[in-house]
Amino acid sequence: MRYWRRPLDFDRMHVPRGAVRIIVERCKGCAFCVEYCPRDVLEMSREFNRKGYHPPKVVKAGECVNCNLCEMICPEFAIFSVPQEESPCAQTQPAS
Amino acid sequence: MSTTQEGTEVRPDEHPIAPFMRMDRMPHIWCPECGLGTVVKCFATALQESGVDLDKLAIVSGIGCTGRTAGYMKLDGFHTTHGRAIPFATGLKLGRPELLVTVFSGDGDLVGIGGNHFIHAARRNMDLLVILVNNFIYGMTGGQNAPTTPLEAKSSTMPFGNFERPFNLPHLAASCGATYVARWTCLHVRRLTKAMGEGLKRKGFRLIEVIAPCPTLYARLNKLGGGLDLMRFYHDDAEVRNGADTRELDIAYQQRIVCGKFVDEERPTFLEMMHEHYRGILGEKYVPMPPEGGLLRGQ
Amino acid sequence: MRADPAGVLTGVHYLDGDFACGEGAMAAGCRFVAGYPITPSTEVVERIARRFPSMGGTFIQMEDELASMAAIIGGSWTGTKSMTVTSGPGFSLMMENIGLAAMMETPCVVVNVQRGGPSTGLPTMVGQADMMQARWGSHGDYAIIAVCPQSPQEAFDLTIDAFNLSELYRVPVLVMMDECVGHMTEKVVIPPAEAIEVVPRTLTGKSPAEYWPYQTNGRMVPEFARAGDGYRFHTTGLTHDERGYPVMSAECQDRCVRRLVEKIRGDTDRIVRFEEEGTAGADVVVVAYGITARVARAGVELARRRGVKVGLFRLVVAWPFPERRIRELAAGIRAFVVPEINCGQMVLEVERCAAGKAAAVSLPHAGGGVHEPERIAEALIEAAQ
Repeated sequence: MRYWRRPLDFDRMHVPRGAVRIIVERCKGCAFCVEYCPRDVLEMSREFNRKGYHPPKVVKAGECVNCNLCEMICPEFAIFSVPQEESPCAQTQPAS
Repeated sequence: MSTTQEGTEVRPDEHPIAPFMRMDRMPHIWCPECGLGTVVKCFATALQESGVDLDKLAIVSGIGCTGRTAGYMKLDGFHTTHGRAIPFATGLKLGRPELLVTVFSGDGDLVGIGGNHFIHAARRNMDLLVILVNNFIYGMTGGQNAPTTPLEAKSSTMPFGNFERPFNLPHLAASCGATYVARWTCLHVRRLTKAMGEGLKRKGFRLIEVIAPCPTLYARLNKLGGGLDLMRFYHDDAEVRNGADTRELDIAYQQRIVCGKFVDEERPTFLEMMHEHYRGILGEKYVPMPPEGGLLRGQ
Repeated sequence: MRADPAGVLTGVHYLDGDFACGEGAMAAGCRFVAGYPITPSTEVVERIARRFPSMGGTFIQMEDELASMAAIIGGSWTGTKSMTVTSGPGFSLMMENIGLAAMMETPCVVVNVQRGGPSTGLPTMVGQADMMQARWGSHGDYAIIAVCPQSPQEAFDLTIDAFNLSELYRVPVLVMMDECVGHMTEKVVIPPAEAIEVVPRTLTGKSPAEYWPYQTNGRMVPEFARAGDGYRFHTTGLTHDERGYPVMSAECQDRCVRRLVEKIRGDTDRIVRFEEEGTAGADVVVVAYGITARVARAGVELARRRGVKVGLFRLVVAWPFPERRIRELAAGIRAFVVPEINCGQMVLEVERCAAGKAAAVSLPHAGGGVHEPERIAEALIEAAQ
C-alpha cells in the first residue's frame, strides 16, 4: 500500500486478511473471480477439475483482504474467503 | 471433494450460501458463465443481512432459467406456470398477509407472457418484491426474442436482428405505480445486495431489474463472446445514476446501461388501502382477514 | 368440523343460483376469492364481495381469468380455502392453471356457470357444452371432480360438497352450473352452522425435518403444509418426486401422474353421486344433469302417461362418471336417452359404459334454451320401441 503521507492512526489500524477457499469441483471456469479480485490474488490454473474446467488458484496468498468479492460474484458458489488474523498496517507492503 | 492450495478439502456445504440453498439439488443447472448464480448469492446475502424471518418468506418463480431459482433456495418455494408468478404470489400474500412474498423470475416470464399481471400488480401497489433478471432473451427455450431484447440484437426468432422496440422496464414499473424501482447489473454485487436488502425492508410493489449475462444464447447468437465479455461490457458501459428520470433508461444494443435506484417512495399498499377503506365504511362490522391468514381451524 | 358461523347465512331465503353458490362457498369456509367478471357468473363474486368483509374473507377482482386461477392456487397454499368463478370463455383461459392446481395437488373450487358457446357464444343464455372440457380441458393426464347443481338449493349444497371433496382429495373441484340454474330464483334453506359439516384444511402433523410434500406412504393423498409455517417445502408444475423436486424421468412421471389419476379413479365409487328414480324395471332410462334433469322429469312424466316404462338417472357428480351403475343399468334396459344442452357430450360416456348392451341416444340442444318436455317424451317413446 503506497501512502502519500502517513495516516495519523497508522499504528493502530489493521488490514483484514483472508484465506481463499476454492471448491474445485464446482467451478465452471468463468474467471469472474480472477477478473474482479481487487488484490489480484487469483489466476486461472492449468489444472482440470473432473468436469474439464480450469479452476482458479491462489497466487498471492498474503494479499487477500477478505473482501468476499469472489464469494459474491461466483455464480457456482465455488469460492469464498474466510477471515484470518488481521495484520497491522505497518506490515503492509506496497502493491506491485 | 475439492482441495485448495493449502491442501484441505472444501465441501460444497461449507460455502456461506449453503444454509440458504437446497444443497441436495446442487450443483445447479445454469450454464457456465451465466450470471444467475451471482444474483442468487446476492439475494441470499441480502436475506442474511436483513434478518427477515425466513420461515415467513415465500419465493415464487415462473418458467425460464431464472424461474429455476425457487427450486434451489431453501424457502417455501413455488415454481408456477409461465407468466403467472405474480398473480400466484398475490394469492399467497392475500391468503396469509404476514408472508413476505418475493417473485424471482426472468424478463420473458414477467413482462412477456406475464406483462398484464406485472402492470396490474404495480398499479395496485401489491406488496411484492419482484426480482426480475433481464438477460435480454428467452434463454431456457433456446434464445428467442424477448420484450427486452435491444434493437438489432440477434435471436433465434429474429435471426436478422431485432426490429421491435423493447421495454424500458424501470419506466414501465414506475409509470404503473411501483414504489421502489432499481436496476443493477450482476457485476454490481454490493449495490445489488444493498438494493435487495432495501427491497426486503420496504412494502408495496418493488422491482429490482438485474441485468445478467446469458453466454449460451444472447452472447453466442450475437457473437459477443462469453459471460466474462459481457461482464466487462457492464464494467465499461454501466453508468450509475441514482434518481435518474426513468424515461431515459432505454437500453440500446451494447450501449450504456443506466443503473441505480430510481424510485423509492412510501405509498399505501393494496392491503392497507383495503383495510382503511373498509374500516371507514363498515366500521365495527369490518372483520379483516388476520395476518396469519384465512385458515379456519377445526371446531 | 362444523361450519364457521360467520359465513353461514342461516335462514330461508329466496336466492338465485349464483347467490346461493356464493353463500355455499362462504358457509364452507372459503375465505379467499379471486375472480373476473363474466356473464352469467358474475353475481357469485358480487355476492361474495359484499359479504366477505364481514367474515375475514378477502376478495380481489383480478385482471383476467388466468390471474384469477393462479391467485387462488397461491391463496390455497396459505391454508385458506379459495375459489374462483367463471363461464365458458374464462374457463378456457383457466385451463393451464387448473392443470397446475391438479399437478401441485392444490385444493380449490372453480365454478363454471355454463353459457352457450363456443367462443363468445350466447353470454346470457344457457348451455351445458363445457362438460367434456371439465374433464379433459387442461393438457396432460390428471383427474378432477365435477358437480352439477340442478337448483339454487343444490347450488348452495353442492358448493359446500365441492369444497369438502377438494380438501379430501387435494384436487380442483368444478361446480358445473348452467345459466338457467345460476339465474333462477328459488327457495334456498340455509341451515344453522352446527348442522353443516365441512372438511377443514388439514395440516400435516410431521415436523419440517420429516416432512416431504408429496410423500403418501401408500395412501393416495399427501399431507399438506402451508406456506409460512417453517416447512420450507418446494412445489412445482414440473413432474416431481416425493420431495416436490423436479425429476425428468419416465419412472418419475409414471409415479407422479398415475397417482394423480388414480386418486380419483380408484375412489370413483366413493365419490360418485346420482339420483335414480323409477329405474327398476324400466325399458328406457333418461340420463340428465343440471337444468336438463328438471326438464327431463317433465318429459318422463309425459312418456309414462303414454305407457313407457321410463327411469330417470340424474348425475349429481358428473366426474368421475358413475361407470359401474351405468354399466349395471345397461344390462337390463333397451336404451339410455341423454338430453343435454350441447351437441352430445356426456352421452359419449354413457355409450362407452353401456358398451353396446343398451343404445345411447343423444338428444342434443345447441344452447340458448332448454329442451321441450314433449320432445324428450317423443324420444323416450321412440327409444322404447
